[in-house]
Amino acid sequence: MKKENNLKNAALGILYLLPAMVILGVFQIYPIIKVFLMSFYTRYNYFRHIVFEYGVDNYIQLANDPKFILALKNTSIFVFVMVPTSIIISLFIATLLNSNVRFKKLFRNIYFLPFVTSTVAIAMVWRWIFHSKHGILNYGLGFIGIDPIPWLIDPKWAMVSLIILSVWKTLGYNILIILTGLQNIDKQYYMASKIDGANSWKRLTRVTIPLLSPTLFFVSITSLIGAFKVFSEVYALFEKRPGPLNSCLTMVYYIYDKLNNQFSYGVAAAASVVLFIIILIITLIQFLIGKRFVHYK
Amino acid sequence: MKNKILVFTKYLIIILGALVTLVPFFWMLSTSFKTLGEVYQMPPSVLPNNFNFDNYKVVIEKTPINTYFFNSLLVTTIVTLGTLITSILAAFAFSRVQFKGRDIIFTILLSTMMVPSELLITPNFVILSKLNLINTLTALYLPWISSMFAIFLLRQYFLGIPEELYYAAKADGCSDFKYLIKVMVPLTKPALITIALLKIIYSWNEFLWPMIMVSTPDKRTLPVGLAYFMTEAGPNYHLLLAYASIIIVPVIVIYILLQRYIIQGITRSGIKG
Repeated sequence: MKKENNLKNAALGILYLLPAMVILGVFQIYPIIKVFLMSFYTRYNYFRHIVFEYGVDNYIQLANDPKFILALKNTSIFVFVMVPTSIIISLFIATLLNSNVRFKKLFRNIYFLPFVTSTVAIAMVWRWIFHSKHGILNYGLGFIGIDPIPWLIDPKWAMVSLIILSVWKTLGYNILIILTGLQNIDKQYYMASKIDGANSWKRLTRVTIPLLSPTLFFVSITSLIGAFKVFSEVYALFEKRPGPLNSCLTMVYYIYDKLNNQFSYGVAAAASVVLFIIILIITLIQFLIGKRFVHYK
Repeated sequence: MKNKILVFTKYLIIILGALVTLVPFFWMLSTSFKTLGEVYQMPPSVLPNNFNFDNYKVVIEKTPINTYFFNSLLVTTIVTLGTLITSILAAFAFSRVQFKGRDIIFTILLSTMMVPSELLITPNFVILSKLNLINTLTALYLPWISSMFAIFLLRQYFLGIPEELYYAAKADGCSDFKYLIKVMVPLTKPALITIALLKIIYSWNEFLWPMIMVSTPDKRTLPVGLAYFMTEAGPNYHLLLAYASIIIVPVIVIYILLQRYIIQGITRSGIKG
């Protein structure tokens, strides 16, 4: 009787799961296996889907492609400047918002606005703001005596522009998550530290940051993963190109280029696998560091 | 006195930050109403000389934006409804139907949440070409009508509904499916709205996937169309930004009206879309 019941339940359960499982299976789970396999296809007929030969040629090609090395370098610079900048600014603003501020929610919601808007569309505005002759940024900088900066034209400034746009876009998400973390800290800790005579800097470094560390840890992981995948910003900011002299050629742009313009599926798959492994390693390192330093109550 | 200066500085920083956040939106709308002459006028004027929808008319007449808009709307609607349906059913199985192997399936599916969607683009392109779906609207929504994030979030809410309710309904002869539709779905409306809104925003803005899957104008979505219009418009920023406003304004309206659900969903799950 019980066995029969279990069988009936299993059939029922599978029936409910079926639609989701078919879609997730075909377009999320199978592709994970497929992308690893594809990265080893060296001779392949894409029209008839026949694989003639497997090998590591795609990876060798990547290692020898100066463009891929450049994409790795650019993406790393972008990630390791953009993410800390965004987190430090959002920590600062979230701490301010968490103190007695009127219209706290209104401000929080304003800061969050860029997050919900289309990257491509908003990047058009930024292109106009960054315009070296007619942009309002250079116009504004002119008032404080700074000469016009060739934001999107000079390879060095191009990366800075990309970082400014990305910080602006991610700030609100980070503020929201950090603010929620701050609100979850028990007020008693602050009272106790005040009684012990801690000044506000000490309260920040000895109370707030340790108690906030799980949140900061979470925000830094999601930000790093998101930053490694930067693409639309580049595409829209530099009019479909990867920045002047490939200065903003990122890994996903490289994958897009291989797939869309050169039809090199094997190389695109291999590059995706490299990206995935980098993200995985960083997540693992963060977990290891997190175990040591993150303070869970 | 020192305290007052501190409070003043605090507000100053917060307000300046909020202004920096809002200026690009303001500048987009303002520029979208200017004439070409005003756009390049130095010093720049804060507001256009007169408000009329001429630029918008030009964009609507000169580009197939009507088609793009319809495609975006269709894809967004199907993705959102599809995700809701598949997630409600799956979350019900994961929270109420007991059977062997259920938790293993759940764990496997959960682990896919860690995989960046960029990894899936190349293989999915090949899979869809095998299904003969390249350059179709179907390719734009089919892979995304189910989401593990939505299933996970909904399951948490379903688990919060007392089981007694389920047994009481069963005793009254209510079927599982009827119970799901008549009791569980209405009780978790806020969560469903959150999922729907995040999905709407996400698919409305999606760019890389339709860019790769679609090659003819009749299948383009709004963001893809904008990427093409970028080249055509050239230095006509007043037209380009009128187009950008058409993509952004609907989302801002939704956000202003329903931000409560969006903010709640993000703070509860921490998931980015």
